[in-house]
Amino acid sequence: MSLSGSSSAASGYPLPSFSDGGDPMIPTPWRVAYRRDETEDVFTLGLEPVENDTPRPPFAPGQFNMLYAFGAGESAISISGDPGSEGGCLVHTVRRAGVVTSALSRLRPGEQIGVRGPFGKPWPLDEMRGRDLVFVAGGIGLAPLRPAIYHALAHRQDYGRLVILAGARSPEEVLFGEEFDQWKTEDGVESRLTVDHAGESWTRDVGVVTKLITKADFDPANAAALICGPEIMMRYTAMELRSRGLTNEQIFITMERNMKCAVAFCGHCQLGPEFLCKDGPVYRFDRIAFWFAQREV
Amino acid sequence: MSKTLEPILRKHPFFAGMADGDLRLVTGCAKNVRFDANAVLAKDGQAADEFFVIREGSLAVGIASPQGGRLLIETLDAGEVVGWSWLFPPHVWQFDIVAVTPVRVLSMDGRCLREKCDAEPRLGYDLMKRFSSVISKRLAATRLQLLDIYAGKETKPGAISPT
Repeated sequence: MSLSGSSSAASGYPLPSFSDGGDPMIPTPWRVAYRRDETEDVFTLGLEPVENDTPRPPFAPGQFNMLYAFGAGESAISISGDPGSEGGCLVHTVRRAGVVTSALSRLRPGEQIGVRGPFGKPWPLDEMRGRDLVFVAGGIGLAPLRPAIYHALAHRQDYGRLVILAGARSPEEVLFGEEFDQWKTEDGVESRLTVDHAGESWTRDVGVVTKLITKADFDPANAAALICGPEIMMRYTAMELRSRGLTNEQIFITMERNMKCAVAFCGHCQLGPEFLCKDGPVYRFDRIAFWFAQREV
Repeated sequence: MSKTLEPILRKHPFFAGMADGDLRLVTGCAKNVRFDANAVLAKDGQAADEFFVIREGSLAVGIASPQGGRLLIETLDAGEVVGWSWLFPPHVWQFDIVAVTPVRVLSMDGRCLREKCDAEPRLGYDLMKRFSSVISKRLAATRLQLLDIYAGKETKPGAISPT
């Protein structure tokens, strides 16, 4: 069966509907339950509803929220937590890069932020059932992939081998390193972490993440790949996957740009005819490959 | 003794498809060696009289760090080879090669191979093509490392956002 990648529902997670009268442009207040530093400039926020009887909204792996730091502005941030955890916090992993994300980084437990979402099309994990899954993450790209990894680990019987490959600049910039060790203890799971360069105490891989693809154990004829990272990294990763025998129809990427409204009104995230916030962010590679290769847009 | 190494070389991806006669010539220059983790197999500046065919374990390519110590820039696993300085004058290692884990390798005598390549240009051309392919792939990977691909365009939800 081919992967259409057009499914808007993913793996039983109900997607939100704004036809129930909720205004997708109005943020809901949430409170910071915890804050954890992941690396020097990456941190994780666990959010809980300000009103205790408000349930965490359902989300599907690959979706994002607009986080509003009061007085600073909004930023589109992928959800990095476990979609299967009942209740619990709404988890986002953020890299400090500008005014808004710096304001988010200064938040402490008990302080409030505004949340809109979740938005966007998720990874089509339902359609990927029965296949080997190859996750390839570059840098902070592991955060948007993590909910899909959690899902696949929680539904092992639905999938073949799970290959989780991630790259970072240096050991200091590795995300979720302890979870990597935990994942590879699971049956049928291969997880490898590589950095561009390292000191002698580093005992994992060194080199670009694309090189790990040639070494990974999966069946190219019956695999689906999920890639998240900077565009240049995703382009080379797709090339390497094709050299292993995957087709563009088996490769999925998350193609986010500068989301503003998140509901396809403003056009800030537009790439050719695509409103990435609504038509994406997850795309089957053949559907976006042309625009992906245009340097001018 | 070295005859027994021929099946090992035949199964190794680097030598895949090599003609029987050439493989026999190559086998005559091979030696089976083990190294413990942290062993230094080669040092920058030393004479490069061999290359290594990795059978088991991982090796790292290292370079002197400007901050002192050794910076690891690549790891290589079973199925790969390391070292091509034996092939090109002045036959001097450009990097350090360190065992990350206990490793089993075939050490290939560079002088022995050079003599055989000179005497049998077909073998020389075959080996040159195989090493060119390795060098080309490593060069492409190095270019990617230079691109600093994880920096990205600062526009990604999940925090690669300029905001």
